This record gives sequence, C-alpha cells and structure tokens, in this order.
Amino acid sequence: MQYVAPGQPGSIVTVASRYENFIGGKWLAPTEGRYRVDLTPATAQPITEVADSTPADIELALDAAHAAKDAWGAASATVRAAVLNAIADAIEQNTEMLAVAESWDNGKPVRETLGADIPLVVDHFRYFAAAARAEEGRSTEIDKDTVAYHFREPLGVVGQIIPFNFPLLMAAWKLAPALAAGNCSVMKPASPTPWSILKLMEVIEGVVPPGVINVVNGPGAEIGKALASNSRIAKIGFTGETVTGRLIMQYAARNIIPSTVELGGKSPNIFFNDVMATDDSFLDKAVEGLVLYAFNKGEVCTCPSRALIQADIYDEFMDRCLKRIAAIKQGNPLDTATQLGAQVSAQQLNKIVSYIGIGRDEGAEVLIGGGRARFDGELADGYYVQPTVLKGNNHMRVFQEEIFGPVLAVTTFTDEADALAIANDTLYGLGAGVWTRDGNRAYRMGRAIKAGRVWTNCYHQYPAGAAFGGYKVSGIGRENHRMMLDHYSQTKNLLVSYSAQPLGLF
Amino acid sequence: MPVRIVATPAAREAIARLRAARGGGLMFVQSAGCCAGSVPMCFPDGEFLVGAGDELLGEVDGCRCYIDKRLDAAWGKSSFVLDVEPGEPEGLSLSAGEHLRFVTRAAATEAG
Repeated sequence: MQYVAPGQPGSIVTVASRYENFIGGKWLAPTEGRYRVDLTPATAQPITEVADSTPADIELALDAAHAAKDAWGAASATVRAAVLNAIADAIEQNTEMLAVAESWDNGKPVRETLGADIPLVVDHFRYFAAAARAEEGRSTEIDKDTVAYHFREPLGVVGQIIPFNFPLLMAAWKLAPALAAGNCSVMKPASPTPWSILKLMEVIEGVVPPGVINVVNGPGAEIGKALASNSRIAKIGFTGETVTGRLIMQYAARNIIPSTVELGGKSPNIFFNDVMATDDSFLDKAVEGLVLYAFNKGEVCTCPSRALIQADIYDEFMDRCLKRIAAIKQGNPLDTATQLGAQVSAQQLNKIVSYIGIGRDEGAEVLIGGGRARFDGELADGYYVQPTVLKGNNHMRVFQEEIFGPVLAVTTFTDEADALAIANDTLYGLGAGVWTRDGNRAYRMGRAIKAGRVWTNCYHQYPAGAAFGGYKVSGIGRENHRMMLDHYSQTKNLLVSYSAQPLGLF
Repeated sequence: MPVRIVATPAAREAIARLRAARGGGLMFVQSAGCCAGSVPMCFPDGEFLVGAGDELLGEVDGCRCYIDKRLDAAWGKSSFVLDVEPGEPEGLSLSAGEHLRFVTRAAATEAG
C-alpha cells in the first residue's frame, strides 16, 4: 500500500503551514521571525516551513531548560521513569503517523520507519525508564567507621546535536538517557530534517514537563555553535562528521565540560568461504547481510560499505548478492513495498554520484547500478540513486572515504589474516560485520577488528542494551546502553566518618 | 607556504563577500565525509584549533586551508580546487552565500 503524502487530503499526517521552535513546553516563534522551507527528498517539493533561528533562540531554550532543571533533577527515578514510559506510550500510539512523517522528511522507506525506526524509538525510552529505576548507588566501607557513599546526580542542562539520517531515532538515543539521568535538553535537529521531530514534540508535549525537552531549528554555523560553545550547558552530545566533532570537542574543552561524539565510518562486512558450505537459510541471511548496505539508502554511519569476500567463493556469492540487489524495489518512500527511497538532499545526491565517477576513474568496475535513478511523474525531481556496487581494492578512494549512499565497494581476501588487515586499514572504527559458520573464527575476528561494534552473523541491528560507539576517528563515548547514565551524570561522593575520635593531627 | 589549493573566481568572490559581511578572516578545514558530504568547512579564522595532525594545503586570499594528515594520505590527492555550488553548508560551517556552499574538487589534471 502507499500512504498519502503528509498534508494531502486523506493523509494520516497533518501539516501546518509553518512550525515554530518547541521551547519551555510552548511553540515559540523565532526571535527574528525568519523561517525556511523544508523539502521532502522524495519529490523535492516543500513540506512546510520551519524556524530559521538565531543564537537568541538558543538562549531562550536554555532559559527554559534551566528553569526546569531543578524540579526535574529532583524528581524521583519513579517519576522520571513514568514520564519516559508515557513518552514511549504516546509515540507507540502514533507509530504509523510518525513513521510516515519521518519517511517523508528524510526520504527513507516507510517499511523501515514502521519496522525499525519508530519501534526502536519506543523501546529506547522504555529501556532507559527501566535503567533509571534499576540504578543503584554504591557505598564502600573504607574502614570500620568510615563509609564512602556514591550518588548519581544530574549534570543539569545538556546540549544535543543530531544528524539527518535517523532524525527520530537519534533524538531518542540522546534524549532518553539524558532525561533518565535527570537532565534537561536543548536539541538542535539536522538542517535537512527539521520537521519530523516537531511532529514528535506534538505527540509528547502533553506528557513532558515544560522545559525538559527543547527543540530549536536553524543553521549550524549560528545556532549549532551557539549551543555547543555555550557556557550554560553541562555536556554536549553530537552525532555527525569528524571535523565538526573535533570542533564540538574544542568548544567543550573551552568550557571544561564532557562531550560524546559519534562520528563517521567505513565499515567492513566480511564473508568467509564457509557461509557457502550449505545452501540454507544462513546463506540467505548472509546474502541479505551484504545487501544491507542499501539500508536507509546507505545514509548510515555504520553502513557496511566495504564488502570483503573470500576469493574462492567470490563469483558464486557475489552472483547471488547481485541478483538480490537487482531485485531491490526503489521508488516512493511512502509505498510499503519500497526498499530503497530517496537520498536526503540534492547535495548528498550529487556527492554520491560524483563518488561513483571517482570510483570509475580510479579503475573500479561497476557491477550494478552506477548513477542517478530516474522516475517519471511526481518523483521526477526526487533525489534517487541506483543501488551500486563497485569492485576494486582497499587503496581506492571509494574504499577509504565515506560516501553515505547506496554504494558498496567490494573486494576479495585470501585468508583470515588478509581479511583482518584489510578490515583495519581505515581511519574509522565504528562498525564491522563478520559472517562465518566457525564460532572460534568469528570470535577471533570480532576481537581483533578495531571497531566499537562487530555484528557477528548479523548486521544493522540496534537494540537498546547493546553499547554503540566508535574506535579511532569514529568518536568517543557510547550510546544505547545503561552506561549512558554515567555519561549524563555527575558522581557525588559523601565520605562519612561514624567515629567520635579526633584525628589527633592538631 | 604550500600551494596545493587554488580557488575559482566564484569561490574568491564568496570569500570576499563573507569577509566583508563578517568583518574578519576565514579558514577552511576539509571534512571527511559522513553526513557532511566531504565538503570544506568554512570557519571564522582561528575558530578551529589545528595541530600537528593537520596538513596546511595553502592559502586562498589569506584564508588558510587544512586537511587531516591521515585523511590526506588516504585520499592521495596532490591538489585541490576550492569552488562554490548551490546547496546549504554542512555542520557548523559558514555558508558561501544565500543557498551556496563551498566545495573542493580535485585539480583538473588529476583523475578524481
């Protein structure tokens, strides 16, 4: 079935003509009254207008967050968990509406937002509600009469800057632990996807205390900087690109506050020859595992964008994969049959197409795809790229640079040592995949690959409870796990003497 | 001073406009891809702290241009052209003008 486009008659998603910032539980017009058009990449047509804010709006959001932080920080874990669960319930009740809004704002297939993005958002809030309830401080008996108590205390107000590729899920990854730990957030969505999160705010505004979540849209150079460098935040969380990540960390250093940065990747997906030992459902799963490079149009920091295939199975395995890739259904993201939607923006589209050209120029062989995908009718101006596979070697730019599109670079390896050397020959270390029927080999590879997440006989699963984050230039810190409560808390130690005896020093 | 980067007339005009509007110098740092699309980030001069891990590509009308040394080695490009194209800036980069952004291209003499 195909959903009606948001704002059109019969759509389950209503669209206002413009959206203000969500600050202090209210919708506030940007101080300077400027708005900008938000497009859907599916058709390159406008969806609505969103605030084009200035640093003054960040200050308003920080005012609201600071006004809320004492009460929210003092709320019991029971109360905070109840709010997180209420957020989860409200989102769950609006799953279909939010899935369609997210698909339209970003270009990703609605089958992904219905099946993955929104259910993961819901579960993420529930996971951190549970984590907050189960959290315990620690006490240590230093000696018979002296006890060290450790309490977790909120940081206060945190700044959070999220990317365009999973607008709602990245918001949830950052908001859920921050709120669970008792903080208030000022969040800046990515400029290409400013709208779906405002639909999310409409859904949850009735259950979140005013000022606990604040969302401000606008240009990164102005409001991103105004937030990240602000002396009124106690932490900055950022997901995005490496140069920006460095700048964010520099701002944090100036204010002596912590930062969590989740940055880029060029993840290897390694297929050992034993995956073809039997023609069974595991082999089918492995083939799908390679094709997952096209998940979310390849706009994923962990996109398995380098496939390493053992040489003796290359022809037969790749033949199966290419057949599966050829069967990918591309088109309107709102059609539940669509597997590959539109890239998020014209500039992403142009970059991806130019990388395919770079690959060709440096001698890579185009096995399938190789350019922009064109459709007639309303999709004619949309930003579509054919699912593409380039065969080459790991020294090529298309193997080293993050393309952020449905473009797979594939090469072969001879043995385990060769696979490991190629896998680790990258600046990045965010994700990796290992496919083998040999558990011992899977373990050895998993431990030896320099990446924060090694999917073993699976890929692109993001369950709450599995720590996610980068090695090398892919970032610092982890998300998606209760350890995030540490990243969003201060530690208070009370060192208490229960002895009446003086020290005797003076 | 290395000369591994040159600017197109359009990029030089954008730099002049931006400097006049902001009343200060600028710097460029090449981004590494991901959601920011491998474009050069344009910052107020001195905004981005460079260190021993950064390579100076050269100066464009007084604006220093840098790339991460490891990225430079991985890319293996000898020279770059700074240009502008329609689009919005990425990350915390300044815009090159209304709906314009800076981009880098490989020099025409070089593949890619």
